[in-house]
Amino acid sequence: MSTPVSAARAGWLLMRRDLRLAMRRPGEWLQPLGFFLVVMTLFPLAGNPQLSRLRDMAPAALWVAALLSSLLALEFLFREDGQDGTLEQLAVSGLPLSWLLLAKTCVHWLLTGLPLVLVGPLAATALGAPYASIPGVLVVLLVGSLALSLIGAVGAALTLGLRRGGVLLALLVLPLAVPVLIFGARASALAIALEPMAGSIYLLGSIAVLSATLAPLAAAAAMRISLE
Amino acid sequence: MAWIWFHKLGSPPHFYRLAGRMTPWFAWPALLLCLGGLYGGLVSAPADYQQGEGFRIIYVHAPAAWLSVMIYSAMAVYAAVGRIWRINVCHALAASCAGIGASFTLVALVTGSLWGRPMWGTYWEWDPRLTSELVLLFLYLGYMGLRSAIDDTARADRASAVLAIVGAVNVPIIHYSVTWWNSLHQAPSVMKFGKSSMPASMLIPLLMMLLGFTLFFVAIMLVRARGEVLRRERGAQWVAEAAVEA
Amino acid sequence: MHWLQMGGYWPWVWPSYGLTLLVVVLNIVTARRSLRAARAEVRRRLQMQRSNP
Repeated sequence: MSTPVSAARAGWLLMRRDLRLAMRRPGEWLQPLGFFLVVMTLFPLAGNPQLSRLRDMAPAALWVAALLSSLLALEFLFREDGQDGTLEQLAVSGLPLSWLLLAKTCVHWLLTGLPLVLVGPLAATALGAPYASIPGVLVVLLVGSLALSLIGAVGAALTLGLRRGGVLLALLVLPLAVPVLIFGARASALAIALEPMAGSIYLLGSIAVLSATLAPLAAAAAMRISLE
Repeated sequence: MAWIWFHKLGSPPHFYRLAGRMTPWFAWPALLLCLGGLYGGLVSAPADYQQGEGFRIIYVHAPAAWLSVMIYSAMAVYAAVGRIWRINVCHALAASCAGIGASFTLVALVTGSLWGRPMWGTYWEWDPRLTSELVLLFLYLGYMGLRSAIDDTARADRASAVLAIVGAVNVPIIHYSVTWWNSLHQAPSVMKFGKSSMPASMLIPLLMMLLGFTLFFVAIMLVRARGEVLRRERGAQWVAEAAVEA
Repeated sequence: MHWLQMGGYWPWVWPSYGLTLLVVVLNIVTARRSLRAARAEVRRRLQMQRSNP
């Protein structure tokens, strides 16, 4: 209590704590990845499994699956810490709550977003994307999934502790994620077609930067209301 | 000094009385403007040389689309003002906006697709305006869902204010991204509504309808907000007096 | 009537206007009803307070 901690150090400590806790329960943060793969599998089963046909559908499948699995992962973002009172402690710690939530969101992305970024391009090749497209798709997913986690954090903070929170969370987050979906799918389509995709990446990146600046502030404001 | 009226307006009893007195001043001009606009749009305006009589849908579609966007912005502004200066009346106003906005978003969607059937040959085209309008409807539904999921009014006010502000930041981004997406995938089959080269006989009824719908919205919002204010201030002394008056 | 046919566009023009009118009327009705309900609730509370102070 007596030693003051700088915000940067507190963020770092919080990240380490969250990572260590998550490592004890790998099942929890691997679930969204499993869900992502299942949804990706459903697309060829529901449609025409010819690789040439699947290639047209691959960007859409990739981004719908990524969006849904990031939505599923949001359940784990604040739930545990909300139930055991950790979030209250963070809120009254006197440190900037937006900064702490940004740290938590980054860890959450490392655990649920990064595996998806690494596996996503491979899943896309199973839908007919050429192997040469793997780096491009990887970059797109990297930027896009960060934006998704940040936007999702606002929704998770708003619905923290609500009954029927899950469905409401989907209704709140999915419309806000429409631009990420559009730019991400377009950039992936260009990557799969092995065309230059710098323009779409810049648009996606600007959304990610905007989310990184504004979403933690909104999430902190929402969190303080949810904790009352 | 100039802030006195602002604080006065923020006081619930003052707002309740003033809103009650103001409502007819918005409602009757709205009725007159809409009747005039309807006559001008349905009878006296000439048929469009490309779209024939079908273009007359614009006189309900454009005002509804305008309201859907304008009400969302108004809702976000009220929410922000209510949150920053802790003015309860503004939260009541924001709460009254959502239902009206959602209903006019629905009207804009349905009239847009009714217009699309003769013009595009299909009820639903992934036109950027219709698609943005659809996402806007989801934003309204999310806002209303969040409000109804929180029982405590004060908490619901503040939480939905955050959502309204986040949504308002997103609306232009969504609109831009949808327009960009559409321009990639289709020949520009953009709705030909709202050409600037409209002759005055078509344009004036449209402007009358736009203004009439806007005044109508203000009148309805004031009526709803009075009810919201009463509900929020249930225990207060002035509420008892106001209820006896009415 | 020639005018009602809207040059053959009547199946799309009139439903548009009809739906708009319906939504406008519903907005008026629900707004007034919600204000009246709020007033009635206040009055009920007032009576309860008077009967057992």
